This record gives sequence, structure tokens and C-alpha cells, in this order.
Amino acid sequence: MTAFFQTHLGYGFGWFLATLILILIIALPLMLAVAMAIYADRKIWAAMALRRGPNVVGPFGLLQSFADGLKVFLQETIIPSSANRGLFLLAPIITFTIALIGWAVIPFGPDMALADINVGLLYTLAASSLGVYGVILAGWASNSKYPFYSAIRAAAQMVSYEVSIGFILISVVLWAGSFNLGTIVLAQKGEIFGIINGFGFNPLLFPMAVMFLISAMAETARAPFDLTEAESELVAGYQTEYSSMAFALFWLGEYGNVLLMCALNATLFWGGWLPPIDWAPLYYVPGIIWLFIKISAFFFVFSWVKATVPRYRYDQLMRLGWKIFLPVSLFWVFLVSGFLMLTRYGAGA
Amino acid sequence: MIQTIAFYLFATLLIASGALTILARNPVHSVLWLILAFFNAAGLMVLVGAEFIAMLLVIVYVGAVAVLFLFVVMMLDIDFAELRAGLARYLPFGMVLALVLLCEMVFAVGAWRAGGVDLGHRLGATPADVPNIEAIGTLLYTRYLYIFEGAGLVLLVAMIGAIVLTHRARSGVRPQNVAAQNRRRPEDAIRKVNQPVGQGVEL
Repeated sequence: MTAFFQTHLGYGFGWFLATLILILIIALPLMLAVAMAIYADRKIWAAMALRRGPNVVGPFGLLQSFADGLKVFLQETIIPSSANRGLFLLAPIITFTIALIGWAVIPFGPDMALADINVGLLYTLAASSLGVYGVILAGWASNSKYPFYSAIRAAAQMVSYEVSIGFILISVVLWAGSFNLGTIVLAQKGEIFGIINGFGFNPLLFPMAVMFLISAMAETARAPFDLTEAESELVAGYQTEYSSMAFALFWLGEYGNVLLMCALNATLFWGGWLPPIDWAPLYYVPGIIWLFIKISAFFFVFSWVKATVPRYRYDQLMRLGWKIFLPVSLFWVFLVSGFLMLTRYGAGA
Repeated sequence: MIQTIAFYLFATLLIASGALTILARNPVHSVLWLILAFFNAAGLMVLVGAEFIAMLLVIVYVGAVAVLFLFVVMMLDIDFAELRAGLARYLPFGMVLALVLLCEMVFAVGAWRAGGVDLGHRLGATPADVPNIEAIGTLLYTRYLYIFEGAGLVLLVAMIGAIVLTHRARSGVRPQNVAAQNRRRPEDAIRKVNQPVGQGVEL
């Protein structure tokens, strides 16, 4: 598409317009997916609690999220009088934007990424590390006790788990030999016996896949690590003072981040857009469908965990991050690089 | 064309947010302007083709350092009157710093007048098709290996130093001992007694 626009509109402007359209092609279905993800989350949660969940608006309650969206749109935006007005309104916008920008490098199929950059994995790491700003700014700008406690927790939690996520990603990068997400997906082709696609099926990398899934939950502050909005202690955490669309933006941003983390799990460890088995007929199914199936599966895991696992205590959260995940992932970097030196690159090299 | 527009956009925003970092009255706003400055610097890095450095700048500075910095500033109880009272005391030192900066700027302008910067001439002299990360990695792990490891050692010492300085052994704290909790079995905690009615249980 970029080439088409460039032949008609000149190199620079054609590129600009094509990129703009591609961003919309990704962002609009993503918003729809977020609405459906919220619905699915509530349904799964309800089913595990033997309730019905949303079932009134539309067939099977499918339109519930849109009804909620319309509702918050019509609500009054309340800004606390002692809040820092500009930052108070900026915080949800930051959360929402940062939930979207990470999708720029996710490959949806062969050569189907908006930005096929060499440092793709670092870019996603950067995008996920920025997510904390929305929470911190919301907590501080609200000028209220509970949001500020929540902001303190969020900062410590996200910085802690980013460290282990970094080491997990390093072992994936070592194995794949590239920081480019498209190349990482292709490197997973025929990982096991030449027929099974995905690093996660490799016994050496499987523990990393599990740890990445858990770290992803902590990074997105989902249950059981949702201490930033622990309602039994902090009312609603950093969202306490928010109402109307500002609140909705936090909500959308949170689920956008969850979906992004699911996509990263699928892309880094379970073959991304590749079918699970390297078998020709499976390639007739478009890669984006495979990716969608994998994202949905991970989203189900996220909901499942939310419905079943009790919330961590804060010191336990920190212990898990620093005393278990960090040493194990660090050790795994040595293990993986040592294994690669022995098998792939030759011990003497 | 778009690159030129992007350069001027990033450069203007960088200078403006740098200036606002100093000018903002609220220290939290200052830190936020500083973060915006980091971002724009990262954008400039991308424009010169140093995407690895740009991403590291965002991950390390914006994602970790600035978050903690922001926190420290948020927790500070800043008294503006007291802040101004210190002005007279720090003024001479500030003037010296300003003078040094002025000299640097004059030198920079002089250097600029001496001739245009040749952007095509890279200092690292890496082939164009080698990705950034590979080029940096090759240099760091071959030519600058000892310096690189030395830098790592310095950081390790700094980390240990920070831990030693802030860690204090407090008495009366009962931290959670997970291993002990997992070792504990029902037999250790529960005792079944079948006591006749009317007689107390020995605890």
C-alpha cells in the first residue's frame, strides 16, 4: 500500500498518508477488540463464579460494552477542585496512547507489521515501561491519598517486573538471534523436530514463557497483581477521582495493554502468526487468524487467573519479582547463552 | 522533506522542553518537561540512525530513572520561600557555572563557523547494512571489552554501595519466612484432644 501511495503522491507524502491509514487499520479493530475483550472478561469471570454476567444489552449481552461506553460518554467529567488540572486530564490520555503505540511493531503476518524495525522488541519494552506514567500522574494529580498510594505501588511494581521481563526477552533474543519481531517469529518455525512452531515448546525456553506470562500480568497490573487498584485497601486506586470519559480511557488503556501483552506472549513464545504445527494445509489459514486465536487463548488465561487467584500481598509481590523471577531469569540468560555457545556457535568460537 | 520537518520539530521541542524544565515553578512539572526532553532527544537519535541508543534512552531514562526521580520530587515538601532565600548564597557558584556554559556555547558557535558537520561521515565507520545493535555489540565486546567490563564493575560497586548505605538491621522485625511456612505441616500446629466434659484443656 505504501508503494501505491508513493507512486501517486510522491515519496514523502505517500509514505505519510499510507502510514496514517495503516495506523487506523490497526487502531480501529483494536478498539472493537478491546470492547469485546471487556465483555469476554466479564462473561468468563461470571461463568467461573456461576453467574450469568452481562446478558441484557443485545443478543447474549454482546453490546454491553458499547452501552457502557455510551453511558460514560454522557456522564459529567468531575475534576476535583484541588487537583492539578492539566496533569489530571493528561494522565488517562497517556495511558490510552501508550496502550496503542506498542501495536506498531507486532507482526500480524509475513511482512505485516506497521513498523518492521530492527529494534522492535526494545520498542515494545520501551512502550510497556512508559505505561507507568499514566498511573503515577493520575495518582499525583488527583491530590488525594488513595490515588497517591496506588501510584507509589504502581511505580515500584512496574519497575520491578520490567527487570525480569528484560532478562526473559534477552534469552528469547539470544535464541532467535534478532531484536526484530518478524525475524523472531520466523525463527520459531520448526523449533521442535522441525514440525512444531514456537519457542514455548522448547523445554529450555518453556520456563521463560511461563515467567513472561506471570510478569505480563504484573506489568499490566492485572489480578492477582492488581495492587494498584486493590479495592479492599485503596478504594479504586489511581482511578478513584476519575469519572466519565477520563475513567473510560483508563479502562480502555488497561485492556489495550492486556491485549498487547497477550499478543507479545503469542509472538515471542508461541509462534505469533505461524500455525502451531509446521504443516502445509495449516498455512492456508491466514496468519492473522492464528495470531487472533493465540491472543484470545492468552486473554482467556488472564481472565481465568483473575477469576481464581487471590490477590498478592504487596511484600509477596516484591519478593516474587526480586527474589525469584530476577535470579531465575538471570540464571536462564547464562543457561541459554551457554547452551547456544555449545551447540550453535561452537565452544571455541 | 519529512525528515527535515521531523528534525526541526524534535529539535524545537527539545530546546523548548529543556528551557521549561528550568523555568517551570512546580518541580513535578520540571521533571515532566525533562521527560519530554528525553523523548525528543530519542527522536533525534532515531533520525541520525542510532535507533538502539534511542530505545535505550527511552527504556532506561524515561522508563526507569525518571520514574524514580519523579517520585522523589513528588514526595518532597518544597517550600518556595525557603528556596528563594538560598538564592543569595548560591548566586556566586551559579554565576561561575553560567560563565562556563557561556564559554562552551561560544566555542560551539566557533566550531560551527569553522565548517559544516559532515553527516555522511560516520565516526564509527560501520558498513551501512549492519544493524545498530550488531555494530555496537561488535565494538563493545571486542575493542572496548575491558572498558565495558570496567564500567559494569563500577556500576556493581555503586549498587552494592547503595544497598549497604540504605540497609539497616532493625530489631523486632518478623519478616515472612516462606520456606518455614512451606515446611510447616498440620501436625506441627494441630493437636487433637478428646477431653472429658468438665475438665479444662492444657494449653
